[in-house]
Amino acid sequence: MNDILPWLYDSLIALTLLWIAWQTLSTRDLFKAVLLFIVFGLLMALAWVRLQAPDLALAEAAIGAGLTGALLLDAVGHLRVPRRPGPRK
Amino acid sequence: MTGGLFYAITGVLLFCLGLYGFIQHAHLLRRILAFNIMGSGCFLVLVGLAQRGGQVDPVPHALVLTGIVVAVSATAFALILMRQLYVESGHCTLPGEDEES
Amino acid sequence: MTRTLIALLCLGLAGMLGWALWQLPGDVGLKSDLQSELQGQVQADIVGLPALVAAHLDQSGVRHPVTAVLLNFRAYDTLLEIGVLLLAVLGVLAVRHAAAPEPVHPQRAGAVLAALVHLAVPLMVLVAGYLLWAGAHQPGGAFQAGAVLAGAGVLLRLSGRLPALLPPGFWLRAGLLLGFAVFLVIALGVTRGGHELLAYPVQQAGGLILAIEASLTLSIGLILVSLFVGAPSPPEHGGEASE
Repeated sequence: MNDILPWLYDSLIALTLLWIAWQTLSTRDLFKAVLLFIVFGLLMALAWVRLQAPDLALAEAAIGAGLTGALLLDAVGHLRVPRRPGPRK
Repeated sequence: MTGGLFYAITGVLLFCLGLYGFIQHAHLLRRILAFNIMGSGCFLVLVGLAQRGGQVDPVPHALVLTGIVVAVSATAFALILMRQLYVESGHCTLPGEDEES
Repeated sequence: MTRTLIALLCLGLAGMLGWALWQLPGDVGLKSDLQSELQGQVQADIVGLPALVAAHLDQSGVRHPVTAVLLNFRAYDTLLEIGVLLLAVLGVLAVRHAAAPEPVHPQRAGAVLAALVHLAVPLMVLVAGYLLWAGAHQPGGAFQAGAVLAGAGVLLRLSGRLPALLPPGFWLRAGLLLGFAVFLVIALGVTRGGHELLAYPVQQAGGLILAIEASLTLSIGLILVSLFVGAPSPPEHGGEASE
């Protein structure tokens, strides 16, 4: 039982990572994609903890989920401002 | 199979998933997201592979730490280029690519 | 059609890479059967990196192996990395200056955000300081501390207070450059004492690393905030308090 539990945990994290990544890339809504990507960053932080890399978990939670999330959300907000498509050169 | 190798193989799958998304999408923001997912996959391979013997290896930890910071700066720069493109042209795709997704 | 082809190619790549990882031999340098085959010099050559780091940790000036690798054993990588960050900021500033000047409309923050900023920002600065200090002996260090500082900066920016606190100009540029400059000066300075580039004298290593990390924290925080602030504003309703 004690051998199974870590494996279960690892598989759960890995499968969720892959599932969230797939959803991030396939969802039609840009805003939703960005939110899912932030969740992806937090899950990566969990994976780093499982790999006994607390430094990476700290950095990933602060940078990967926090700062990248803020940058991406800002960009999505910018793209929502309607803008007349100009002629393509 | 050890935990490290397991995460390395997860990283390979993430990398290929990101690669597929990167080729598939024309929208630049989605490409940036896909590129970041590819990067995360690489990081998992680096750290996971070094620890497949079960021993913690601080060297790839340090390399990946730098990698995470460089990735966020590259992402910020890419986002700003994309926003400037949007301001100038009103499109979020590169010229010559259709805006289907 | 192309879509399926791309998917198949990516799947094939995943399969090949996964197979390659699976085929790799186990932990070189730790397996006893391998070690018994190799002897003398060869055996000493294949000692794993973790053992190498652990063996030299007491000469690095810090007690946390990841910090030791980042700022002592592989300090060259970190020096170049802060250079890359500076280049990214230069690119952002170049794009912003190339763009047409934007009208300035100061944005008012809501009461909740203003209160949150009041409470959170001093705490975040405190946490950043702690992380910087903790990096010497436990997980933490300049990058995490810089990221937390940058988070505080983003909060300030969202509440519209940053332009007042951080006017662009000489001091901002000096702050952006500080980490790289201090790192480079110390890297070159130790060569005058007969050491190689970035090879700190063992006695002063701890102090030098702390000086580098403190300046790196400040610069990384400023650089990350500048990357966030430097974005061009939506054209239709003007820029929000940029510059």
